[in-house]
Amino acid sequence: MLQLMFLRRNGVVALEFVPRTRSDTGIDWVGVKPPARGGDKLATFLQLTLNGLAVGCIYGLVALGFVLIYKATELVNFAQGDFLMLGAFVSYMAIVWWGLDYWISFLIAALAVAAFGALLDMTVLRRVIGQPQFAVVMLTIGLGAIFRTFASVTWGSEIYTLPTPFSGVTQVAGVTLSHQYLSIIVATLILCGVLYGFFRYTRMGVAMQATSQNQLAAYCMGIPVKLIFSLVWAISAAVATAAGILLAPVTLIDINMGLAVALKAFAAAVVGGFGSIPGALIGGITIGLIELYAGATLPEGIKNTAPYIVLLVMLAVRPQGLFGTPGRKRV
Amino acid sequence: MRFLFKTAYEQDIKLFRDRTTVVWYLVLAVTVLALPAMLSRYYIGEITWVFIYGICGVSLMVLVGYTGLVSLGHAAFLGIGAYAHAYLVHHGVPWVASVAIAVAITTACGVIVGLPALRMTGIYLAIATLAFSVIIQEVFTRWEGVTGGFAGMAVDKPEIFGIRFSNETSFYYLCGATLALTLLLTQNLLRSPTGRAWIAIRDSEIAAQSMGVYLPFYKSVAFAYSAALMGLAGALFAHKIAYLAPDIFSILFSIQLLLLVIVGGLGSLQGAVFGAIFVALLPPIIAILRDSIPAGMADAAHATGIGLIGTIGHGIGEFLKKPGVEAGIFGLILVLVILVEPSGMYGRWTKIKLFFSMFPMYKRDSFKRQKSYMRSERLR
Repeated sequence: MLQLMFLRRNGVVALEFVPRTRSDTGIDWVGVKPPARGGDKLATFLQLTLNGLAVGCIYGLVALGFVLIYKATELVNFAQGDFLMLGAFVSYMAIVWWGLDYWISFLIAALAVAAFGALLDMTVLRRVIGQPQFAVVMLTIGLGAIFRTFASVTWGSEIYTLPTPFSGVTQVAGVTLSHQYLSIIVATLILCGVLYGFFRYTRMGVAMQATSQNQLAAYCMGIPVKLIFSLVWAISAAVATAAGILLAPVTLIDINMGLAVALKAFAAAVVGGFGSIPGALIGGITIGLIELYAGATLPEGIKNTAPYIVLLVMLAVRPQGLFGTPGRKRV
Repeated sequence: MRFLFKTAYEQDIKLFRDRTTVVWYLVLAVTVLALPAMLSRYYIGEITWVFIYGICGVSLMVLVGYTGLVSLGHAAFLGIGAYAHAYLVHHGVPWVASVAIAVAITTACGVIVGLPALRMTGIYLAIATLAFSVIIQEVFTRWEGVTGGFAGMAVDKPEIFGIRFSNETSFYYLCGATLALTLLLTQNLLRSPTGRAWIAIRDSEIAAQSMGVYLPFYKSVAFAYSAALMGLAGALFAHKIAYLAPDIFSILFSIQLLLLVIVGGLGSLQGAVFGAIFVALLPPIIAILRDSIPAGMADAAHATGIGLIGTIGHGIGEFLKKPGVEAGIFGLILVLVILVEPSGMYGRWTKIKLFFSMFPMYKRDSFKRQKSYMRSERLR
């Protein structure tokens, strides 16, 4: 990962190859193997679609975290992937070290990381609102680096496997339905439903919508804007944690699991239109499907770059994304 | 406080402000020339890294600090320059020609990346350049005929007009001279209409446009020039590192370069050099501290008879030895700089200078920053 920093130790210019578990930008989807060619074409296609949907849901959830924060506070959080990593580690700690139940651990991890996200907003991120966007981006990148170091010091740089209640497979008409992937899709649907209900029907959710439309007006209407910001950070950290726990059995847990997902979730958020919540999910699913279809049909090497090629094409053709609205800057 | 009495317009675009500045820069130049006689080979090698990072810093400073375009993919340009140069040198092209071709290739890439960038601003541009650098890194890995793929590619010592730069000292002078030329060239560009157009674009695109600055042209030039400098740095980088592998030119390296310009201080060439000193010398300093802190605190524990000091020192040493701690320290410094001193090391330096020249009349609010709370991007 950070080979360059280890290059020049003691003045000797030499490359130290740190064992590669996964590349910075690629994700090894354990069990997502393109089905053998020449088989039933339809079954292959369905299989890829299902897996792509599951992968896309993870991207969508992380992208949702970006979008929530961006809509409310206009900050772009590059540390979202590291929230995901922290969440996965906390749940691992709860399940394996403390021997707790999967669902209780899920809850503990989500609450812990959410509290951490809110605390981070109160102490650090609130100070940079109003500074150039670039400064904020670099700040969250720096925070992400701190989180990764924290994780590697606390939990070590080994790779962990998270035990999960969803381990079986079901065969339906030649298509292998892995319960892990089904659990990702179902959990994403449930989570989106809950979030939709929260934003649509609760007092706090409506207050959040108001804040994201106009901070000053919301403040004048008596909405506690600062509290709302912290809550938005908490929600988006909790969503990232959920994505991390769902993802953990598939890609295994290590300190760099978040970075790889976050980069592709960025592509997802941009494709969907930064600032649109349904766009983030649809963008995520688009990117996930494209990644898997490209991996199965196109030559080696395209799989990892396909999401970024799509992203560049999207930015060139329709910079506001699928669901974004073109904005004009006021002088 | 020295006030400049301006009598001619040329004074505004002078290379040096006054004669004292010239003297100080001469002193600096003599020191840099004399350093190899005073320091050991190890430190000369480390300072060579400062020079190479300095060229990278100037490149990114032009783009980020002066034109206001953020690139999260500059390591890709460095990689293109390094691989192109290494490939050409390996195939017997003379050094100077090889560097020129490598710079030309990176410039072309810069223009190509710059073209879609004309339509994007802010975060979109950062993500687009990031995507570009990921794709380029994959190209480095897959194009084994040229780059050697994962196995990597060895690079020889440079040989220019029959002179072989085989030892640390000669390479030190080569890199130092290149950085000096880069700084001079960039400073000259910045005090020309091109540079003033860049600064105008950074401060307000719309205002610049309405004053007759043709945005697409100047943005493309900024991208091309920045990429060209990155290609030049890449050529030297290839020699210095002696072994190229695709993993080096990852997004983390791009982030490190951005860290360089931010910690150094955005919007000043001095800042680029300050940042380079910081980024290049922090790892060796951490390496030294890793051994000296536990040793020193053990001595202190021995002298005072308090065992706790020794234990703490041992703990710090063990902590610094853990993998990935260096990245965390870089991250922590980045966070602190953005929160406490957003104008970076050069900004702090100007404040200290002003404090002493104005003493005791220094006012803290001279540097007060304005915040804008306008939610401009989504007004519609």
